[in-house]
Amino acid sequence: MATAAVELDTRVHYLNANYGIKSWLLTTDHKRIAILYMASITFFFLIGGLAATLIRIHLIEPNGAVFEPGTYNKLFSMHGIVMVFFFLIPSIPAVLGNFLVPMMIGARDLAFPKLNLLSWYVFMAGGILVLYSVIWGGVDTGWTFYTPLSTSYVNSNVLSAAFGVFIAGFSSILTGLNFVVTIHKMRAPGMTWFRMPLFLWAMYATSIIQILGTPVVAITLVLVAVERMFHVGIFDPAVGGDPILFQHLFWFYSHPAVYIMILPSMGVVSELITCFAKKRIFGYSFVAFSSVAIAVISFLVWGHHMFVSGQSIYAGIIFSALSFLVAIPSAIKVFNWTATLYKGSISYQAPMLYAMGFIGLFTMGGLTGLFLATLATDTHLHDTYFVVGHFHYIMVGGAVMGYLGGIHFWWPKITGRLYPDGWARLAAAIVFIGFNLTFFPQYMLGYLGMPRRYAIYSPEFQVLNVMSSAGASILAVGYAIPLVYLIWSMRYGPEAGPNPWGAKGLEWETPSPPPTENFEEIPVVSEEAYAYGAKEAHVG
Amino acid sequence: MARRRPTLADPHASSALAHQFEDLGQQHESASLGMWIFLATEVMFFGGLFAGYTIYRNMYTAGFVAGSHELNVTIGAINTAVLICSSLTMALAVRAAQLGKRIPLVTLLIATILLGLAFVIIKLTLEWRHDYLEGLVPGLNFTFAGPNARSMELFFCFYFVMTGVHALHMVVGVGVLFWLVVQAWKGRFGPERFNFVEGAGLYWHFVDIIWIFLFPLLYLIGGRY
Ligand SMILES: [Cu+2]
Repeated sequence: MATAAVELDTRVHYLNANYGIKSWLLTTDHKRIAILYMASITFFFLIGGLAATLIRIHLIEPNGAVFEPGTYNKLFSMHGIVMVFFFLIPSIPAVLGNFLVPMMIGARDLAFPKLNLLSWYVFMAGGILVLYSVIWGGVDTGWTFYTPLSTSYVNSNVLSAAFGVFIAGFSSILTGLNFVVTIHKMRAPGMTWFRMPLFLWAMYATSIIQILGTPVVAITLVLVAVERMFHVGIFDPAVGGDPILFQHLFWFYSHPAVYIMILPSMGVVSELITCFAKKRIFGYSFVAFSSVAIAVISFLVWGHHMFVSGQSIYAGIIFSALSFLVAIPSAIKVFNWTATLYKGSISYQAPMLYAMGFIGLFTMGGLTGLFLATLATDTHLHDTYFVVGHFHYIMVGGAVMGYLGGIHFWWPKITGRLYPDGWARLAAAIVFIGFNLTFFPQYMLGYLGMPRRYAIYSPEFQVLNVMSSAGASILAVGYAIPLVYLIWSMRYGPEAGPNPWGAKGLEWETPSPPPTENFEEIPVVSEEAYAYGAKEAHVG
Repeated sequence: MARRRPTLADPHASSALAHQFEDLGQQHESASLGMWIFLATEVMFFGGLFAGYTIYRNMYTAGFVAGSHELNVTIGAINTAVLICSSLTMALAVRAAQLGKRIPLVTLLIATILLGLAFVIIKLTLEWRHDYLEGLVPGLNFTFAGPNARSMELFFCFYFVMTGVHALHMVVGVGVLFWLVVQAWKGRFGPERFNFVEGAGLYWHFVDIIWIFLFPLLYLIGGRY
């Protein structure tokens, strides 16, 4: 180990190839840009998490423990806008995707490295504008910016927040564009489509959604801004507009956006399950095509957000049926991951714990989604805490678990160092327990009829709300621990070596941290993905 | 697949080749695929507007027809001709870049810029200004009164957003072409290096095509003739 640590410091790799703040801010290396994104979204996660903490503290008392109702509205809007647009959407694509897409296909970089750097700057510009909006003055429309509330009634910073989201959208578009071109045109010799790791299929499907969905929400926000600035009636019924049109346009993006958040996590889980079960994935092509199927179907289901908004009942029936279709590819993934575990030699290191957590929580979130896709039950559950519980099971239980699992899995590759596995397992367990304690009561609250977005509630809901707030404090501890030991490991962690997990994939065949151009020589691929057990020629 | 060049062993054969690519063919294919994907995002961007316009036109047909009648078809047609000519000069410019002919390239790019500016100036001075004086600009000066005034106002909302966003794309395109003129003047383009000109050309044609859809949608349909 001692000699290895020296090796890490003497060998030239992407982290020590050059120094200084300028070498980071002007880098076009996809790995460094990934780290810029990682730092940025961790910051946004802390901001959004702070808002969530304040919300949960406030809701301990039925009459609201701390804030004015107006302040409460601004807090949950801040939480939603920051977490959705500045943490969840960029999380896995911009951090792990940026780092891994070129490495997994055996390329030196993304197809457009300068565009990649530009997209980080665009992201930060949007993020800073949104931070300004939510902190100085605030926004109180919720992250959905529903009209005519957002255009005619509220006096908060809707314009600047919407503009910030608009700008950040282009970052998402450019990242998606870069990935699609890279995956199409830059695969190493022998890396056929069906030899690609499933993470890449997931990133590809995600990119398609980013490319086709984001422009629609961009133009929608432009129309909102026009209506708000010039007081004309595009969406405001008082002047001839149609608020339902806004909801159609908004959800045309924002439902698929849910899959921007969850598909990358599914890709991560496919990598983790195979590595820690040391088995081929069960039904490779089914898992691959289920990602594409989810991306396609995601564009056809947006009306399930509008069952009670005055959309035609026939449209409602069709959207309901189409929404059920999403369950099929999602279930294919869950069953195939589970089947992969069968007779595998499973080890429960920290990334695997997150992957297992993902499968359980995503299944819960997915199944409760069926309740909401059913017209009759949705009439009861719409705009209650049941919905809040459902999408947090998908976005936090799913997307964030996948992100943390991925960070723990590729951390040794990114930094060249190992973190303490015991602490990591403990944190994973705390996150799982804290998460369930926070959000399971919300299903019950919603089922009992507590509406979302209210600053006060009836006293009979207090027990469940206190449970939820208690769970949130446990969850916060679970998120704080990795922050500490991961930062610690960057300096003091033991040398990881190129492949600490004995994993398959091109990214593990190059040193950790990788050299600037990723590979000493462009690799030639001669075997399928996840060829575990076939011939364990070289491990570690 | 052709045998690929090892990464760090030999230096780049051509300065036109960026370090992440294996050869010029791969670089060219990536650039044009990237541009086409970008245009797909633009289609979705304008698609939201076209969808909204279509829905409202269906809901308020009379007002939208009345609004359409207030537009000047002759000037719209002249502008359409101007744009089609600019597409021709742009296409010829791409050809000139591929052949490495510097002076024709610069001339054709400048011609494209002038035609693009002509479009925007005609739009601004002969149409929008006129609409403003007539009291047809929602939010700033809308004084039209009549049975369909409300839905006509909605028509003009969409008219100004759609033509405004389109004109903004023209202005961005002109800016890109200016940069290309400078680069072309320095002799930066040739048979090995024309991706930027080709990409700008694709963008320019796309913006023209948007107008080819906007013109009938806003000016022509509605039973005027
Ligand atoms: Cu949805």
